[in-house]
Amino acid sequence: MKPNNVQTPSATFPLEVKGITAAYRDKPVLWDVSFQVPEGQLVAIVGPNGAGKTTLLKIIMDLMQPAAGRATVYGRPFSKARQWVGYVPQRGSVDWDFPTNALDVVQMGLYGRLGWFRRPGRKERETAMQCLEKVGMADFADRQISQLSGGQQQRVFLARALAQDARLYLTDEPFAGVDYKTEQAIVALLRELKATGSTVVVVHHDLGTVSDYFDRVVLLNKSLVAEGPVEEAFTPENVAAAYGGGVKYLAGAK
Amino acid sequence: MSADLIIVLTAVLVAIPCALLGTLLVLRQMSMMGDAISHAVLPGIVIAFFISESLGALTSLIGAGVFGLLTAVLVEALRNTGRVKEDSSIGIVFTALFALGVFLVSKFAREVHLDLNHVLYGEIAFAPLNSLLVGGVELGPRSLWAMGIVTALAVGMVLLLYKELKIATFDPGLAAAIGLSPVLVHYLLMGAVSVTTVGAFDSVGAIVVVAFLIVPPATAYLLVDRLSHMMALAVLLGAGSAVVGYYLAAVFDVAIAGMMAVVAGGFFVLALLFSPSRGLIANLRRQRRNRRSFARGLLLAKLAGLGDRATTEEELVHHLSWDSDDVSRALQDASSDGLIRRSEVGEVVLTDEGQVTAHRVVENNAAAI
Repeated sequence: MKPNNVQTPSATFPLEVKGITAAYRDKPVLWDVSFQVPEGQLVAIVGPNGAGKTTLLKIIMDLMQPAAGRATVYGRPFSKARQWVGYVPQRGSVDWDFPTNALDVVQMGLYGRLGWFRRPGRKERETAMQCLEKVGMADFADRQISQLSGGQQQRVFLARALAQDARLYLTDEPFAGVDYKTEQAIVALLRELKATGSTVVVVHHDLGTVSDYFDRVVLLNKSLVAEGPVEEAFTPENVAAAYGGGVKYLAGAK
Repeated sequence: MSADLIIVLTAVLVAIPCALLGTLLVLRQMSMMGDAISHAVLPGIVIAFFISESLGALTSLIGAGVFGLLTAVLVEALRNTGRVKEDSSIGIVFTALFALGVFLVSKFAREVHLDLNHVLYGEIAFAPLNSLLVGGVELGPRSLWAMGIVTALAVGMVLLLYKELKIATFDPGLAAAIGLSPVLVHYLLMGAVSVTTVGAFDSVGAIVVVAFLIVPPATAYLLVDRLSHMMALAVLLGAGSAVVGYYLAAVFDVAIAGMMAVVAGGFFVLALLFSPSRGLIANLRRQRRNRRSFARGLLLAKLAGLGDRATTEEELVHHLSWDSDDVSRALQDASSDGLIRRSEVGEVVLTDEGQVTAHRVVENNAAAI
C-alpha cells in the first residue's frame, strides 16, 4: 500500500482508554478499564464471552456512551479523529445477501474520505481494485457477495479496511469462522499493515494463537485483568484470572 | 390531457418514488415500517386538513411528514424501553396513530369532506377531476402536481444520497464509524416515505400504497443483484403494474388501484417461480441436478471401491442401499457420460475415464470433509 499520507500528531498514543465504565441498564459490562496502545503494534483484546470486548469497541468509536471515562485516538475524541481509523466489523454484522459485489463493498471504505454527497468515481474504483488485489481477491471483484465463501467475505472486509488507508485499525473478530488458509492470509495482512507503521487492534477469541500473532494483549473480563507485551501479560495466571480459572489449557504452552 | 392519461400518469408517479424508497425498506428489512407509516400519517393529514380547510397538497405533505417521523421516533423509543420487541412496537404505534386519525375523521366528518373509504382505498378515478387552482389560474390535475413533486423529491434524494443510503443500509456500523450518520439517513428515509405515502394517499389510499412500496422492490430483489439495478427494475415493475393494471381494470370494470396491486402481485409470483437465479423452479432444478451428479459420483466411487471385478446392477442396489430406480438412473447418467460400460453379460464396468473421475470424486470428498 502507498505510504500513509494522513498526518497524525506524534507523541500521543494511537489509542488511549481512560477509566471506562459502561453498563446496560444497571448491569456493568465494563468497569474502570484503562490502557494505552503504543504506535505500530499488533494488539489483541482477549476475554471470555460477555467480557465487554465489543462494547469497548463501540465506546471507542462513539457508537455508545460510557457511564464514565473516555477513549481518545491520537489524543483526540473519536469524532475528530475518525479519518485515521479503519474499522472492520464482525462479518456476521452485515447482510451478505445485499445486492452488491465485492468491488463495491471495498469502495465503501473510501466513502469516509469522500464525505457527504460526493460520489465515488474512477479513482475510487481503481483504489478499491488495488486493495482487492492486495488480499488476492481481484478475480472476484464482480462477484455478488453472497456467492463468496466466509473466508473470501472476510478478505473483502479487510480489503475495505485497506482502502480506508488508516493509521489505527479496529477489527472485530476477523478470524471468526474462516479456514486455516484464510486465517494465515489475514495474519500476513495485519503484519503488513504493522510494517507500514499502522497500529492494529483485534478483538480476538482464540487463546491458542495470541502468542503467535500479537505483540501486545489486553486481557479483559469486565475490568482489566492484565495488559502489556504478550510475553509479560499473557501468563497462565492472568488467563486463568480472566477466564475464571475455567481454562486449564495451553496458555502456558508457549 | 385525456382522463385516461392523467390517471395512468398519476399512478406511474406514485409507483416511481414508492419503488425507489421501497427498495431501501425491503433491504433494511423494514417493509412493515412502510406499512406503518402509510397508516400513521392519517392524523397528520386530518389535522392539516383542519388547518388549511382543504386537502392542500403542501399542508398535508407537511402534516404527514411530521406524523411519519413521529412514528419512526415512537417506534424507536418504545423499542428502547426494552419492554417491547421491534415488531410489536411498530404494531402498537401505527395502529394507535391510525386509530387517532380514524377517530378524528369520524368525529368531524360532517365538517370536512374526507371520508374513510377514500382514505383507505383512494380513488384514482377522480384524479382528472380535481384541478389545481393558483390565483384563479387552472394549472392542471392536482394529483399530477402532488405526485410530480413527491417523485422529484424522492428521485433527488436517492441521486444525491445514493452512497449514504447504500452504506447506511448495508453496514450501519461502518457508516457511523466514518461519520455518515446512519441515524440521520434513517430519519431522512422515514420522512421521505411519509411524504410519498401521503402524496399517494389521494390516488391509491393507505392500503394499496404499501403494495407499490414493497411488492415491486421485492420482485426486483429476486431478479438482479446490484442495488442500482434493483431500483431501476423496481421502478419499471411498479410503472408497468400501474399501466397494465389500469387497462385490466377497464376491461374487467373493477377498482383501478386494486387491479394495479394485483398486477404487481402477479409479477412477484412470476419472479418467485421463474427467476433464473433465485426462483423456486431454478432452485428445484439445481437441487435435482446436484443430487444426480452427487449420486453419479457416489456410484463411481462405489464401483472403484469394489475393485476390478464386474458388478451387476443388483449388487449395486445391495451395496448402496438405493432403490433400483435410483441405481438405474445413476447408471444411465454415468453411461451417457462415457464413464461406465456394460460387459456382454450386462455387468457394469468402469471405463478408463470413469476410473479417473471416481478417483477425483473420492479425493474431492476427502478434502471437503
